This record gives sequence, C-alpha cells and structure tokens, in this order.
Amino acid sequence: MANVTVSADELAQLGAPPAKKRRGLVRRSWDVFAENRLALVGLGFIVFIVLFCFLGPVFYQTNQSTTDLINTMCPPSGGHLLGCNELGYDQLGRLMAGGQTSIEVGLAAALVAVSFGTLYGAISGFFGGVVDAVMMRVVDAGLSLPSLMVLIIAAVIFHPSPVVMIFAIAVFYWFAVARLVRGETLTLRTREYVQAVKVVGGSKLRSVIRHVLPNAIGTIIVQATFAVADSILTLSGLGFLGLGVSAPATDWGSMLSGGLNYLQGSDPWWLIYPPGILIILTCISFNFIGDALRDAFETRLQRR
Amino acid sequence: MIGFLIRRIGQALIVLVIVTIIVLALVHLFPGGPVKALLGPRATPQQLAYYTQLYGFDKPFYEQYIKWVGQMLQGNLGYSDKLNQSVTSLIGQDLPKTIVLVLLGTIVSLLLGIPLGVYQAVRRYSIGDYVLTGISFLGYATPTFFFGLLLVDWFAVRTHIFPPFAPNSSSVLTILGDPRALVLPVVAYAFLLFALWSRYMRSSVMDNLVQDYVRTARAKGASERQVIWGHVFRNSLVSIVTLLGLSLPTLVAGAIFIEVVFNYPGMGLAFYNAAEQVDYQVLLGFTVLATAATVVGNLLADIGYAMLDPRVRY
Repeated sequence: MANVTVSADELAQLGAPPAKKRRGLVRRSWDVFAENRLALVGLGFIVFIVLFCFLGPVFYQTNQSTTDLINTMCPPSGGHLLGCNELGYDQLGRLMAGGQTSIEVGLAAALVAVSFGTLYGAISGFFGGVVDAVMMRVVDAGLSLPSLMVLIIAAVIFHPSPVVMIFAIAVFYWFAVARLVRGETLTLRTREYVQAVKVVGGSKLRSVIRHVLPNAIGTIIVQATFAVADSILTLSGLGFLGLGVSAPATDWGSMLSGGLNYLQGSDPWWLIYPPGILIILTCISFNFIGDALRDAFETRLQRR
Repeated sequence: MIGFLIRRIGQALIVLVIVTIIVLALVHLFPGGPVKALLGPRATPQQLAYYTQLYGFDKPFYEQYIKWVGQMLQGNLGYSDKLNQSVTSLIGQDLPKTIVLVLLGTIVSLLLGIPLGVYQAVRRYSIGDYVLTGISFLGYATPTFFFGLLLVDWFAVRTHIFPPFAPNSSSVLTILGDPRALVLPVVAYAFLLFALWSRYMRSSVMDNLVQDYVRTARAKGASERQVIWGHVFRNSLVSIVTLLGLSLPTLVAGAIFIEVVFNYPGMGLAFYNAAEQVDYQVLLGFTVLATAATVVGNLLADIGYAMLDPRVRY
C-alpha cells in the first residue's frame, strides 16, 4: 500500500473533533439554556423580584408591623404608591414583605423536599428487592394522601410559622421526587461504570453518592425548579384559606385571603391584582426556567 | 391477569393500611390531644379524663386503630358534635353536590383539552400552538382561587352576567335547577385541569407520531385523518386514563378551593368549615374517604391501563 499522509486540516474535514471546540459541560448547558428566550426572561424576572422583595424595603420604607386605622383601604397616592389594605398597611411594602415569605418558603421547601426525596429514591432504587418494595409502598401511601386536606389539618394542629410551612409543604412534595429519582437510579445502576465500583470493592453507599446521584443531577435540578413554583402555589393556597403565616407577617396568598370581601363596594383593585399577578409571574418564571433546564440537560446527553 | 390483579389489589390494601395509620396518628397531634379539641380550652381535668376513657384514647394505639377501622368498615365515620350530625350523613348530603362539580368540570376540561392537545401536536410551532401553550403555562401558574376571584370580579361584580355564589342549599336538585350559578365554578375548575390534559395530550401525540406504526399506516396509504384519529389518538387516549386516575388528589384539592371561593355547599366547603371549628371527626372522616377514593382510583387506572394496552406485562 502506498504511504498516505494526512494533514491536520484534512483530518478536521474528515470529522475528527477539533480540540478547541470542546468546552466545559456547564458552558455547553448554559448555551442551550441561553438560546431559550423565555427562560432568560424568566430568569430576569426572578432576579428582579428577589431584588424588589429583599432590597426594596431599604428604599421604600413602610410600617409593616402595626396597623394604621386612619388609612384603611386608602387608594394609591403619593404617600402610598399602591394604596393601603383593610388594616391600613401600605400595599406596596406589604407586597415586598409577603414576597420575602413566599420566596423563602418556596425555595426552602423545594430544597428540603428534593434533598430528602433524592436520597430516599436513590437508596430505594439502588438496593432494590424487599427494601425497594417496602420503601416504595410508603411513597405510594404518601402520594394517595390528599395533600391539601392533610395540610389544612396540619395548619389547624400547628401554629403556622414560616418554618412549619416549609416542612409541611416539603413533607408532601418529596414523595414525587423520590419516585422519579428511583426510576433514574434503576436505569443508572446497570451502567458499566457503576458495576465497576462493585468489582473494585466500593461500598453501595459510595456508588450511590459518588456515581449514581451526579449522573441524575439534571433530573434533580429540573425537578427542584418546578418544586419551587409548586411550593409557592401551595403556600399561597393555604394563605388564601387563612391558614398561612400569622399576622403581622404575611405572604402573597394571605394578602388575598379576604379577597372576596373586597370585591363588593368600592372596587379596590390594588388589593387583588398585584399579589395575584406576582404569584403567577413568579411561578411562570420558575416553570420557564425548569423547561429550559430540561432541554439543556437533554441536549448535553445527546451531544455526548 | 389474575395474578396481576391479586398483586395489585394487595398493594392497594397495604397502602390503605399505612395511610389510615398516618391519619389516626394525626388525631393525637391536635393541640392538647383530641379530647381537648372536642371539649374546648375550658374543660376541667375530670371532664378530660372522663371523655378520654369514654372514647378509648387511653388505650394502646393499636387497639384504637382496630376499633376505628372496625367502625369505618361498618359505615361509621364518626360523629360531629359541632354540627350534631353523623359524618356519614354529612357526606351523604354534600358528596353528590361535589360530584356534580367535579364531574362537570372534568368533562368540560377533557372535551376542550384533548382535541386542542391533538391540534397542538399536529400543528406544532404554529401560532395556534404558541397561544395554547401560553394559556396552559398560565393554567399551571395561576392559583385556582385567584382565577375564581377574577371570574367573580369580571362576570358577577362588574357585569352581573352570572351570580357570584352557588345557591346555598342542602339538596343537589336545587343546585342543578340553577345552571347559571354553576357556570363560573365549573369554568374555574375546568381551567385548572385544561392545562394538564392539553399539555399531556400534546407531548403524547408528538411521541406517537414518530413511532414505526405511524410510518406503516402512512405507507399503507392511510389518510392523515385516519393516522391521527384512528391510530395516534387512540394510543394517546390510553395514557389519559392513567393520568385521570393519578390526578384524583388534584381534583380533590381543586374542589376545595372552588367551593370556598364560590361558597358552593359541597364537601370541600364543609371540610374548610370543619377546619375552622377544629371539628376533627369531620376532618378525619373526609380525609379517609378522599384517600380511599384515590387508592381505588389509582387501582382502577392501573387495571384499565393493563386492559387497554396489550404491551403491559403482568
């Protein structure tokens, strides 16, 4: 055979991967994420709303701890940009204070639920057999509990503080996460690199924590993003039913709890629309981000 | 098939036992215990001791559990001292009204959500698809009660097209006799579910459209209409059955919000009122009933799925 020499250029034309195009995993996922306009808008809105709720009170100072009965239901004006509610609290300041609770509880509940659910699901899926069967029956039971009814009972039993709300919401959310991660683990544990850990003599716990979970991380992060939106919705629902955090603390749902009463009479739109719209926009933003993340992680898998 | 049925029903029974244990355990968490919740804060220690013994709360937990389950199996779900009525009769009075609401809302949302989901999948990335996708994103992010409030504001307070509240009656016939009052609650309830069905149908049809059997059908000369409605639609419909069974907790939660917003006199409103009065017998009875309905719903969905889809292995 004749000697054939191939230049680097020709190699590149033949489809060999050029070295410089291999960028980091985070960078590639970000690129896919950034292509999604809606997700960027969502991310922008989340940044805005966090600044609004947590830094806003520094610039727009209001009294959110004592009532002001002279100014009840006052319409928007120079002193109260969004008017006052039925107890004379400044509505714009209250949106900030309520937003702090809603966002903190939403994030914390999602974190608790997803961490615990992930660990539970990974263990159940990895060990399999009787352990799996028993652990999954508990999840089945949890998923068939009507969560809102039990949350209402829980709100009657415990004095609802933000910490209580975080755990009450998380208790009902982790079941779904556990089931999802278990499914992911079942497929991952048959992969060669996980089998290899066993051959080298690594413990089961090690393979779950070091090898199975990092590979399921995409699914877990996506689930966590949706969990934030769902937790904010659940909290707002309980707040609306009058079972949220107790006054003078508030959250966006609690701000709507007397909503029906406002509808009669002087038509105070500033009491109903702002908190409701903020709940919707925040949840939509988290859902947009979750959708884009799902695409980002899936593309990462496809390009491998 | 028989083996599958026995195994699946066994699982459902185990789940029911776990759930009822959890629910009964909740009773003991009430502030000051269940008897104090019943008698109020000014009860004397003698009264507390007397009623604790009378209701058997001094017995070991497993004895209480067996007695409680035994009573439930005989149709005794407890007695509401606040309403002076047995929980069973309360359910008999309120359940039909809730069923009317849930059934109408579910049917309306399915009739809209399924065809529109198919349309979205067939005409994907068209303007219609984007608009409907936007609506379902809104549906996912809007709290049920807020949408209900908006409907009341727009159609009852401002324009008086529909009455803001359902007739407050104890009979289901009165509810059905005033269909105008049912419109807003049913619309609010259907909007909550519409997003669920249409999103699911869209992705399911899109998954099915790239399957081999679709290519085969097209190769055999089937028209596009036959491919979509004769093959893809029927396959996608199967998974809606499962989704319907799994969505029962969502349906129950939705009913609570709608009934509170519209003052609709069903089980959700009764449950809410019971929570405000710490009427724990009603709270427990309703929760157990809703849970049992969910477990049975999941069971039927699984069995239905197994019967409809021959690929499911038992």
